[in-house]
Amino acid sequence: MSDVKFSKEHEWITLEGDIATIGITKHAAEMLGDIVFAELPEKGASVEKDGTAGVVESTKAASDVYTPISGEVVDTNQSIVDDPSKINEDPEGSAWFFKLKMKDKAELDSLMNKDEYDKFAKESAS
Amino acid sequence: METKKTSLYQLHQDSKAKFVEFAGYQMPIQYPEGIVEEHKFTRSHSGIFDVSHMGQLFIYGDDNLIEDLEKIFPLNLKNLNLNHSKYSFLMNDEAGIYDDLIITKIEKGFLIILNAACKENDFKILSRLLNNKYEMLLDNERSLIAIQGPKSVRILSDIINGVEDLSFMSGNWFFFQEQKIYITRSGYTGEDGFEISLPNNCAEGFTKKLIEKGAKLIGLGARDTLRLEAGLCLYGHELDKDKTPVEANLKWAISKDRVSKGNFIGSNIINKQLTDGVSKIRVGIKPEGRIIAREKTKIFNQSDLHIGEITSGTFGPSVNGPVAMGYVENEFSKKDTKIFLEVRGKKHPANICGLPFYKKSYVKGANK
Repeated sequence: MSDVKFSKEHEWITLEGDIATIGITKHAAEMLGDIVFAELPEKGASVEKDGTAGVVESTKAASDVYTPISGEVVDTNQSIVDDPSKINEDPEGSAWFFKLKMKDKAELDSLMNKDEYDKFAKESAS
Repeated sequence: METKKTSLYQLHQDSKAKFVEFAGYQMPIQYPEGIVEEHKFTRSHSGIFDVSHMGQLFIYGDDNLIEDLEKIFPLNLKNLNLNHSKYSFLMNDEAGIYDDLIITKIEKGFLIILNAACKENDFKILSRLLNNKYEMLLDNERSLIAIQGPKSVRILSDIINGVEDLSFMSGNWFFFQEQKIYITRSGYTGEDGFEISLPNNCAEGFTKKLIEKGAKLIGLGARDTLRLEAGLCLYGHELDKDKTPVEANLKWAISKDRVSKGNFIGSNIINKQLTDGVSKIRVGIKPEGRIIAREKTKIFNQSDLHIGEITSGTFGPSVNGPVAMGYVENEFSKKDTKIFLEVRGKKHPANICGLPFYKKSYVKGANK
């Protein structure tokens, strides 16, 4: 498992070979509140960096989920669709959203590491 | 304009509330446990709601006041017993709703509870309609606290003896620390509960007592999911000045004998709509899947015709699924009519359903 990277849209991404696993950050889950609905991209779909690749809804509002890199969707986490509260419980672990076959490794360069993201999240929250 | 704070603001802050500006007030939207837990706690135990932003309008006068108020509200106020309450509306000439309200007969007058966002305008309208003939007080010196849920009667009666004898939609004066407080058995969650009008200076102490006895503070977020599950309207969403009580499917709140005689503001339109029917009407809507259709979501029929719009939609924690209300053309308003909701460009199946979504199931022999 490689290091975790983070996007400004509050997604996290890890890499195993050329397969990326993507989810929303703990900070995002906390900001959303109780998550009660999740929609994921279709398996086999192509997604573009910074494009929408899903939706989460809390009791308060709906938010798009963006993909931090481009690629083909090779797997989705049906368990968070069946029980969206799992996203609040373990957002950066078992409640991942989807896996992509990465298209362009260079896209990772613009993403933040954990320290950078923590600082970013703190600033954007205040 | 500076945002106002209720007398419980400090307590909300100490309880780590997240705040939102609502009708010019800093109000708690939720506490750390979150909307779903707060909602469920209210249904199973007892939730405290700070509704001090709502208007408490006292109007005092003689029998002429009753006559004059009957020209405004579609109610039989002559027959309203002392300390009894009715749900009603302030309407314009077209029967459009300026506000929905609870009016209670008190000694020498009435107490009217108004929506926060409407109260100043309501006061102006009522002052004009009553020609300033009566003493009217929109009382900012009093707070309003609701306690809702099955344990509320035990908790409140531990503090204020006698509230357990109040019946639904009735009230009385009680004493708390030698101050006069007015309590009604009412609320807006679909649960048994009470609303307590009390002087600002004892609101925090009173609320802390409720918390000591096991009730918890609940934010506006859960108040919204609770009222929606209970099928209750929210002003600015289900109700506004372009909708009438008949269209809002609230004709039960209009006194029948007042309709036949007319003679209240909007009575011509109400009468006509009750006779001829309406073109649009408020309904309950249950999406088939888990998709949440929020306010302004477009509603289509099976032939893909646009037939209406959602006015409130959320996830109902007790229903454990999405719930919504909206207006549809009358011919598509029958229960079990299949409709489609356009969410993020896709049409999702849903059904017209009866209200409320959540009905209280009382267990015989259960401990109170």
